[in-house]
Amino acid sequence: MDFFQHLGKETRGGFTKLGRGTFFLFYTLKGLFSIVVRPRLLLNQMYSVGVLSCLIIAISGLFVGMVLGLQGYYILSDFGAEETLGLMVAASLVRELGPVVSALLFAGRAGSALTAEIGLMKATEQLSGMEMMAVDPIKRIITPRFVAGFLSMPLLVGLFSAIGVLGGQMVGSGMLGVDEGAYWSQMQANIDFYDDIVNGFIKSLVFGFIVSWIALFEGYDTVPTSEGVSRATTRTVVNSAFSILGLDFILTALMFGDD
Amino acid sequence: MGDSTRSHNSLVAIRGLSFARGDKKIFQDVSLYIERGKITAIMGPSGTGKTTLLKIIGGQLAPAKGSVMVDGKNVQRLRRAELFNLRKRIGMLFQSGALLTDMSVYDNVAFPLREHTRLPESMIRSLVLMKLQAVGLRGARSLMPNELSGGMARRVALARAIALDPMMIMYDEPFTGQDPISKGVLVHLIKSLNVTLGLTTIIVSHDVVETAHIADYIYVISDGKIIGEGTPEEIKHSTSPWVQQFMEGSADGPVHFHYPAKEFQNDLLATGKRY
Repeated sequence: MDFFQHLGKETRGGFTKLGRGTFFLFYTLKGLFSIVVRPRLLLNQMYSVGVLSCLIIAISGLFVGMVLGLQGYYILSDFGAEETLGLMVAASLVRELGPVVSALLFAGRAGSALTAEIGLMKATEQLSGMEMMAVDPIKRIITPRFVAGFLSMPLLVGLFSAIGVLGGQMVGSGMLGVDEGAYWSQMQANIDFYDDIVNGFIKSLVFGFIVSWIALFEGYDTVPTSEGVSRATTRTVVNSAFSILGLDFILTALMFGDD
Repeated sequence: MGDSTRSHNSLVAIRGLSFARGDKKIFQDVSLYIERGKITAIMGPSGTGKTTLLKIIGGQLAPAKGSVMVDGKNVQRLRRAELFNLRKRIGMLFQSGALLTDMSVYDNVAFPLREHTRLPESMIRSLVLMKLQAVGLRGARSLMPNELSGGMARRVALARAIALDPMMIMYDEPFTGQDPISKGVLVHLIKSLNVTLGLTTIIVSHDVVETAHIADYIYVISDGKIIGEGTPEEIKHSTSPWVQQFMEGSADGPVHFHYPAKEFQNDLLATGKRY
């Protein structure tokens, strides 16, 4: 009986939280106009959410591209198809690894920071203080961060994929002797703008939306203690990872399903 | 002073207030009046909902029953925009100071001015320096909140709370965790700001000596009810044993030193139990 009681309680808790999260998102989006009036708020956040994530994204992109170059070469060379290495690296990055790995890294780097920041602001009464100063914390604090996360994600994904392609080329042509012209021309001829690049771009927008939403809501909904903030930060990373991977499957099925 | 006189000249009038968190009743049918231009203290032991009361006055929490009128407006009935307009005229000093940690002292004090006015930066600068001068921290304007001592942080928060020249200011435990010098400074500041700016002041506190020193009227709250009220002199001579215990800080009295437990001797003899 205890088990069912617990299950029921957890399920109900989960749905109430989803409800709170939806309202939170609604109010966040309602505050969009405030950014139009004060673009400076958004720019500051674009810097801390986006620009400061560039390094980790670039380095990871480079290594992922290099590994793809190595692995791809070993497999393709068995079939004498090493000339298509560029296509393989670019397609893997643009369609899947770029959006997914960047989003996971983004959740770990920027998402956790956002949750901890908002959670601590709540714990130290800064949000409450703002409300008492007649400043809406959602408009002033949450919305700019949300939009910054949403807009930074596609840019970071672009950076990740571009550097990854270069990494693949460094390993493929630089170390393993794949013809450089073939590397680029195969890529150019076979990567489709709509099927590959636009679809990858849509994925990155969806991931940016979901990670920013989860991170900010977990921070805002946190129990205002040190333990509460630590749990909320963990939940941000875990829930973001699940959502990214789950949504990636759904989006891939929708986008590439009828090929 | 009779209730009718107090209610007549009150800036804040709370009538029949009840509030509960879950099953725990915080207030039961509480009525109190905050007079204009005076310092009113609300005292009581920790956990009696004093901070909750301030949040109810500020419209951050809604009471289950009763009405809260601030400057003739029923706080709970106000629309969001009207409530925000009212809050611009109320300063609140949180126990922690609640300074924005990513901004310097100067920017913290300038924050409400920049959010709510269209004043040019040069005028904001003059206003911020005036407010910081009033709390004695003009020289600390470039420090960040983590570089301030607890007392300084509260004074900066005070400068911020008076930035928009409010009609009323609410202090949440202003003396807690302060050294004697900071306490003295704060007591002096609260009193002098009240007089020079013509403010109405509410202090929520359990620091008897400091609060009784500057308050014009005191309410003592316990277990969700007002158990004593009057001028500091009247409270000092109150016949209520509870008020006496609170004002004198005796360890035992109507509020027991021991948390309810079974007989000590039996408890010691009960072997084989983990607790």
